[in-house]
Amino acid sequence: MTPFVRHRGVVAPLDRSNIDTDVIIPKQYLKSVKRTGFGPNLFDSWRYLAPGDLESDHARRPRNPDFVLNRPRYQEASILVTGANFGCGSSREHAVWAFLDAGFRAVIAPSFADIFDTNAAKNGLLTVQLSEAAVRTLLEETEQTEGYQLDIDLPEQTMTADSGACWSFDIDSQRKRCLVEGLDDIALTLRHANRIREFEAARRAQAPWLFDRFGSP
Amino acid sequence: MSGRTLYDKLWDEHAVQTAEDGTTLLYIDCQLVHEVTSPQAFEGLRLAGRAPWRPDSIVAVADHNVPTEPDLEEIPDAVSRHQVETLDANCAEYGLLEFPMGDPRQGIVHVIGPEQGITLPGMTVVCGDSHTSTHGALATLAFGIGTSQVEHVLATQCLPVRKPSNMLVRLEGRTAPGVGSKDLALALIGSIGTAGGTGCAIEFAGQAVEEMSMEARMTLCNMAIEAGARSGLVAVDDVTLGYVRGRTYAPEGSAWEEAERRWRELRSDDDAVFERAVVLQAGELAPQVTWGTSPEMVVSVDSAVPRPDEAEDLARAGGMKAALDYMGLKGGETVTDIELDRIFIGSCTNARIEDLREAAAVVRGRHCADNILQALVVPGSGRVKAQAESEGLDRIFTEAGFEWREPGCSMCLAMNADRLEPGERCAATSNRNFEGRQGEGGRTHLVSPAMAAAAACAGHFVDVREYLA
Repeated sequence: MTPFVRHRGVVAPLDRSNIDTDVIIPKQYLKSVKRTGFGPNLFDSWRYLAPGDLESDHARRPRNPDFVLNRPRYQEASILVTGANFGCGSSREHAVWAFLDAGFRAVIAPSFADIFDTNAAKNGLLTVQLSEAAVRTLLEETEQTEGYQLDIDLPEQTMTADSGACWSFDIDSQRKRCLVEGLDDIALTLRHANRIREFEAARRAQAPWLFDRFGSP
Repeated sequence: MSGRTLYDKLWDEHAVQTAEDGTTLLYIDCQLVHEVTSPQAFEGLRLAGRAPWRPDSIVAVADHNVPTEPDLEEIPDAVSRHQVETLDANCAEYGLLEFPMGDPRQGIVHVIGPEQGITLPGMTVVCGDSHTSTHGALATLAFGIGTSQVEHVLATQCLPVRKPSNMLVRLEGRTAPGVGSKDLALALIGSIGTAGGTGCAIEFAGQAVEEMSMEARMTLCNMAIEAGARSGLVAVDDVTLGYVRGRTYAPEGSAWEEAERRWRELRSDDDAVFERAVVLQAGELAPQVTWGTSPEMVVSVDSAVPRPDEAEDLARAGGMKAALDYMGLKGGETVTDIELDRIFIGSCTNARIEDLREAAAVVRGRHCADNILQALVVPGSGRVKAQAESEGLDRIFTEAGFEWREPGCSMCLAMNADRLEPGERCAATSNRNFEGRQGEGGRTHLVSPAMAAAAACAGHFVDVREYLA
């Protein structure tokens, strides 16, 4: 995983609540067996005027000029500020992969759906939870100021605008550590392999019907 | 010290260890795998030089991509076919049990888990699918995960997780005929919102839950994720044990005796503390119909689509207006005036045998209305399909103009050929009415199986209680 320490980037606003993962990346792209290449399909049904699929040449598909992320000033955006309950619905991690592939490193919202939030952390996409009022301010500032940028400092847990305005945010300590150090958390769990084996042996003794159930021996 | 909730008990029993910062290493008894969210996990495993920790804890099935047209030898869509073949290859490589396409045990992952006795009370079950909450109906700690976590469980049999808080939903009273657990779930989501259960595990209790069949409880727990809760739960009772006993992968003989003794303890203590509690009067509910693009946008069938100008605040009014525009509806429209183009009876929410019986009871002696372009019935599994056919339900449906299909996720998410065309309106027994969920530009109204069947016959929404009177 790419570590997340500090990031400075252009902020794009998407002022809507309850944005679901079906909208972030529609189902036809889930047929891919890869983790990459989903960037052009981030918000696919809002971004383009007609549906596409995995075999489309997305560069040639007509774009919806009314969709905020299609505006020239947001082409280099790497931070999204958006509404509450972001990423609700399907567990598809493709939603997070699409953000990263499109060049985003952080999403700021009043709240996130649990599975999206977890998926983001596992891939180095920072989710920043701020109050409704702070998000409203950011949405307005972003609209008003072309090229509006934020400087995100994860070790310090702060975000700073060029105006000097600063917000601090909370983050789970374990998540922060994994993000900052870019840790492979499977390797971290495997450090406890002996402990897991002990637990497993005790569980087998208690509930033997849960073992040797499926598959080839 | 106060008592423990059912969720606390399941959590404690699976906690390998808890770090000082509160992260628990949770042991996973079973992982269910399907073709869409697993290929990248298997690839990650291979790239890291790892292998599945416990192949005997995994069951795989292809469901999202599979076509449902009868008598197909292979999947016509090459991209879908490749994804299903990738699952087949991964299962073969690691010696995993798979129910492949065409196998009578194949079906929607959340239907076959309980049906085959793969899911048992007291287990932890995960799957790379948000509707894994379904399995909590059997007092199973079950939750949906992303692909990175699929790989994590494959590699370690564990997940590092923070414990969610406890939420109790009491469904008091007895539902009226024609009102089912789908209506209860939708009404609850309408009341607490799609983020109402975020960060929580919801335990469902109360008279209406106690009187529900296992399949109705599965529908309820299935929809817990639409309220934002990763897990739904119901305590073990005689209904649970009666359902599990005799299933293919359930214990037998003395193992059953021991299992039953332990499972009987899977209920919240009387003095257990829930951080949140909600009560809903089930007896007062009418059948529900969603009108917008989020499951919380729901009203009773005997009412009207709400008006944005009556919303509590500007932000909410804006969301309602966008939803009404997408849905092609106006605030104030009577729900029973809304005409449908397609009907979908299926999905991990409502494709079990009781759902099909409920729909067939409405359809019997009636016919699809002329304006209905297509009415699909997609059984949740090969076993559900066979059972329905042995009861003659397939003939009731086909004689009424419905199409009787092979099992799969189908038009719930339209990854296969079953989908809405732009602008088409569908009464669906599935779980999500998001924009484009059933096909780009498609318009979804979530309802119960009985309500979908009645809408098919009338061509527009009707209060199914009138049909049953």
